[in-house]
Amino acid sequence: MRNLGFLLQKEFRQIFRDKTILAMILALPIIQLMILPWAMNLNIKNINLSIVDNDHSSYSQQLITKIGSSGYFRIISADRSYKEALEHIENGSSDLIMELPSGFERNLVREGKQTIGISVDAINGSKASIGGAYLASVISDFNANLAINEIKVPDYNTKPTGFMEITFSNWYNPLAEYKYFFVPGVLVLLLTMIGGFMTALNIVREKEVGTIEQINVTPIKKWEFILGKLIPFWIIGMIVFTIGLLVIWAVYGITSLGSLPLLYVVAGTYMIALLGFGLLVSTFCESQVQAMFVAFFFILIFILMSGLFTAVQSMPAWARIISGFTPVSHFIKIMRMIMLKGSGFSDILTELGYILTFALVLNALAIWNYRKTS
Amino acid sequence: MEEKVIVCKDLTKQFGDFYAVDKISFDVSKGEIFGFLGANGAGKTTAMRILCGLSYPSSGEATVAGFSVRNQQESIKKNIGYMSQKFSLYENLSILENIEFFGGVYGVSRKDIRERSDKLIQDMGLQKEAKKMVGSLPLGWKQKLAFSVSIFHRPKIVFLDEPTGGVDPVTRRQFWDMIYDASASGITIFVTTHYMDEAEYCNRISVMVDGKMEALDSPANLKKRYATDSMDEVFYKLARGARRSGD
Repeated sequence: MRNLGFLLQKEFRQIFRDKTILAMILALPIIQLMILPWAMNLNIKNINLSIVDNDHSSYSQQLITKIGSSGYFRIISADRSYKEALEHIENGSSDLIMELPSGFERNLVREGKQTIGISVDAINGSKASIGGAYLASVISDFNANLAINEIKVPDYNTKPTGFMEITFSNWYNPLAEYKYFFVPGVLVLLLTMIGGFMTALNIVREKEVGTIEQINVTPIKKWEFILGKLIPFWIIGMIVFTIGLLVIWAVYGITSLGSLPLLYVVAGTYMIALLGFGLLVSTFCESQVQAMFVAFFFILIFILMSGLFTAVQSMPAWARIISGFTPVSHFIKIMRMIMLKGSGFSDILTELGYILTFALVLNALAIWNYRKTS
Repeated sequence: MEEKVIVCKDLTKQFGDFYAVDKISFDVSKGEIFGFLGANGAGKTTAMRILCGLSYPSSGEATVAGFSVRNQQESIKKNIGYMSQKFSLYENLSILENIEFFGGVYGVSRKDIRERSDKLIQDMGLQKEAKKMVGSLPLGWKQKLAFSVSIFHRPKIVFLDEPTGGVDPVTRRQFWDMIYDASASGITIFVTTHYMDEAEYCNRISVMVDGKMEALDSPANLKKRYATDSMDEVFYKLARGARRSGD
């Protein structure tokens, strides 16, 4: 225990002396949380639309105005022909073409139906499909309004048609803002970076400089050395987490719906798991370059597979299994549950169990693989 | 009979089919300055790492301060000091902080750390530098400091691996004065070196060639045996037959 005291004293002295690291610890949460949620936005807006209006009637004008005012589309050109509009798609200035045929208004009034051509640039798959769907929904809305405006002549030969209307209510995130979904994820990203990289690099640095050999020749016990490295970075992780929570409260007005102590318990457990990962990497690597690459390789996979950016549910089965084997995915899930839904301890028990298992296994492997005598 | 602090019998370290250390046997007595010579790659550092409990022997036996290098490494570590080839104090800690840390983990009490480090700083004339980062000191001072730290907890034996590499002659001389002082206080010195003038300072020296111990005696006896008056010549005659070279 005495040794641990000396180790911690030394470690904190070194950390506080390294101004670059210290600045990173403070700046990282603030900058990441200020920038990422705005930039990483999956709500699709500003879809560039080219319109070919062959009808020039009042109905076609109404439809175009409606689309323009929906807020999702930017009408970048009104073209005389489909061919002309296609050029905008080809040079990338347009994402969608809507072609209104001549006789649009006449057919709508006389025959009660009209086909509209929509062409989509599908290179950016999600933008294309979402843009197409938005456009379709704006048009169907236009359609419904038309029906209401129509003066109905009672027609006793036709049966009344059933009308089904669907309404949505968004739970936990009423405006379906991507920010709310993403912000808890950025907090996870922060802890992952600190836990995964900092310990690994710190220990491997001692290997490179040769001081670890000096440590190995002292009576310091294995667990003392490892705790001496874990504790300082755990504390740093919790500080960063706290700064992060303050930033999202100040900037986005997001506070956790669920219990804050529970949030800390989960974050603390997760930090131990990630520190264990960093330690394990450090026991295998001889240089900081190696450690950086190995840690980066895993953390990139962890983050991309975790459901931070994309929904785990829509991954293929094998990918969902990999995702289950990353501690990050469980932590993100819990963070969203506690922060956005206000879930309690019993709701997150299974996921917390997974994180705890990661913490135990990774640290046990690290201690087992760290050798004072080779 | 004098007390033996290192007893080494047929100690061997094998990497694959390469014998880094090949059945070496020797004893070192308490308070002795024992020189461990050999060309680069002769196996000195490997042997020393086994004796310090940093590496397992492949076969053979050795005891250091009465503890076996096979399974009592952690007990050995409490009783020795070690200064490696690579400078290994923390460069981003001050002189006092380094002393405090290494003294502390060897179990020196906080009070003793304070008293001894005050005296140490005085003796070395480092009063002005005590709070400076170790990384900013010149190499000679670093080496003297590393040696002082390695004997700060008053170990039974101190292992020095090429402690004076790259150090100027004046500092080397001062360094050896410090070694003599430590030896006089009862600490056994186990030192490797490439400088033959330093070999002359040792009570006894051994010469390793290709993992084997080719000679072991006092410098005077060795010179007599090889009919020459310089250690350089003795070393040359022994090491000439070496097939291994380089680190």
